[in-house]
Amino acid sequence: MDRLQEIKDKIKNYDGEPLNFMEVCGTHTAAISENGIVNMLSPKIHLISGPGCPVCVTVTAVIDKLTELSLEDNTTVLTFGDLIRVKGSQMSLADARAKGGSVEMLYSPMDAIKLALKNKDRNYVFAAIGFETTTPVYSMVLEEAIKNDVKNLKLLTSLKTMPEVIRWVCKNTKNVDGFLAPGHVSAVTGSGLFEELSEETGLPFVVAGFEGAQLLTAVYALVGMKGHSGMKNLYKSVVTYEGNLEAQKAALKYFEPCDASWRGMGMIPGSGMRLRKEYEAYDAGSYGLDEDHMPKGCSCAKVLTGEISPDECPLFGKACTPEDAHGACMVSTEGSCYNYYISGRKRH
Amino acid sequence: MNITMAHGSGGASTSELIESVFAKHFKNDVLDRMEDSAVVQGSERIAVTTDSFVVTPYFFNGGDIGRLSVCGTVNDLLMSGAVPQYITCGCILEEGMDMDDLDKIIGSMAETAKEAGVMVITGDTKVVEKRGEFGGIMINTTGVGFMPVGVSLSPAGCKDGDVIIVSGYLGDHHAAILSDRMNIKNNIKSDNAPLSEMVSALIENKIELHAMRDVTRGGLGTVLSEFAKASNVEIDIYQDKLPVNPEVRDFCKMLGLDPVYMGNEGKMMCVVSKKDSEKALELIRNSKYGENAQIIGEVKAADNNNVILHTAIGGERIIGPLYGEGLPRIC
Repeated sequence: MDRLQEIKDKIKNYDGEPLNFMEVCGTHTAAISENGIVNMLSPKIHLISGPGCPVCVTVTAVIDKLTELSLEDNTTVLTFGDLIRVKGSQMSLADARAKGGSVEMLYSPMDAIKLALKNKDRNYVFAAIGFETTTPVYSMVLEEAIKNDVKNLKLLTSLKTMPEVIRWVCKNTKNVDGFLAPGHVSAVTGSGLFEELSEETGLPFVVAGFEGAQLLTAVYALVGMKGHSGMKNLYKSVVTYEGNLEAQKAALKYFEPCDASWRGMGMIPGSGMRLRKEYEAYDAGSYGLDEDHMPKGCSCAKVLTGEISPDECPLFGKACTPEDAHGACMVSTEGSCYNYYISGRKRH
Repeated sequence: MNITMAHGSGGASTSELIESVFAKHFKNDVLDRMEDSAVVQGSERIAVTTDSFVVTPYFFNGGDIGRLSVCGTVNDLLMSGAVPQYITCGCILEEGMDMDDLDKIIGSMAETAKEAGVMVITGDTKVVEKRGEFGGIMINTTGVGFMPVGVSLSPAGCKDGDVIIVSGYLGDHHAAILSDRMNIKNNIKSDNAPLSEMVSALIENKIELHAMRDVTRGGLGTVLSEFAKASNVEIDIYQDKLPVNPEVRDFCKMLGLDPVYMGNEGKMMCVVSKKDSEKALELIRNSKYGENAQIIGEVKAADNNNVILHTAIGGERIIGPLYGEGLPRIC
């Protein structure tokens, strides 16, 4: 029997104590749905989606600020895909655009520079949202902006980092037995970070890519490591122990660690990145955007931390669907609710 | 030369534009009469459809808005089992549009109409003032097709045991347009094409066709879930059978897109009886634009209305309609 089949059999027939593993990263959540991984597991192995979808963990104050800016005279908000449909306390950027706000979707971050250079009389605000993976990209944009003496482009930042939120989850939820470490983030931070976190929390971490076979192998590895600390890197083709030092350096050139407000979780010290003081001229008003408005009945907080499964939220599939989403988790293609909804994924 | 507001005035400049571009390319007996309406031969039952095309950029790898505006409408007629006959051409042009571009687009429309066997019988042109997001030209086409006696196709026609065939690679058009917009250089070409040859092959050979749909915006997933619901059946498809161009597959992976939800402009999905399925596959594969056709799954009697994708790794997932806009992911 081949090795993969053996792994499949073992995780399908696992009959020990119930285990909960958290996939932190939104791309993993999407890959688990795409590959139909959940029903290949024993009913005793649960995968929980964690707080690793950048759009999902953005608080409403940030969306509100962006919609407000988009409605200002002579100002255009630039954003990547999903964010455009996420509701703030009143409306989404798509709603603002329908009201006459100026919002443009970017496909490539460097297009922000091109637009700002082309239309020098117009102010551009780039919604800089993301994790360790995306921060170096915003550094590149700033670098170019400075090099080209661009004065009409600013960033509204809501940048977050993984270690503190993982610590927060470990402290605040009792039911996680191990982590599928975020694949793309690991490529930047290095797998060493997760070794550290493992030693600290006493829980196993496995770094994995996004292919079906690798996801199954990661779950199998976590089952084998249950009950004690340890880190395994199955994604060595992309993730090294130290990570991408260039990208780390680029991020720290323009940004510095700060406290950050997470949707549903509140303020987590040291879990974000903000522009350094010397670059504050490029900031569009990112400080103090901490408020988080939760629509009535919305269980984003419990879903994002894995306390409940998306389909256990009373709004799931009823008042809240991808067509009319209450929370960002139902909007983003990496959101846990969206993925549960579209793929019929359920917690056993 | 560029389009000016005068080209839409209805006066001499309009006539000149029509003569030098539209009449030149579309030349036929009906149109050449230049009357208020086209008067043409009919049929006892006709199929009528209309569609508007607003794609930017208007030239893209593998095609252009002119070709697209014919394919979209002709394919809609074909999917009802009709034989496409006539098409109309309504153009809204933006002031400042390059006249050579317009000439190329209308030339391409005429060529595609010829390929699809339809006659452009009437048209209209308007010019609007330059505005921000307008891509330069928008085209509306209305198509008329004749319904052969005895042909009746409906999304509610899928039956237990029926076989699902897709006529070729999924997602090419969507990926080509996105590549253009994102300035990504690759070899991905739009699949915009009229499917007249493969559909008439199926009908002429009396294949027991139960339902047909061109796989456009919303992708295969959206079509399948509509069919499962309309026919009150379960549909099972297999990931390793889905035809996807390797370059498109990589492109999708990079951007977090799913070929199952990507749009095409020259692909169809048909549901045929099991006994005719191998013959139908062969007929499609031997037709123009059908060489990569594939049997991808089957219909099962179950009133859950689920579309189940059996993944390559051995898992299962439910395929619903496309939600949202099918945007590239953020990271």
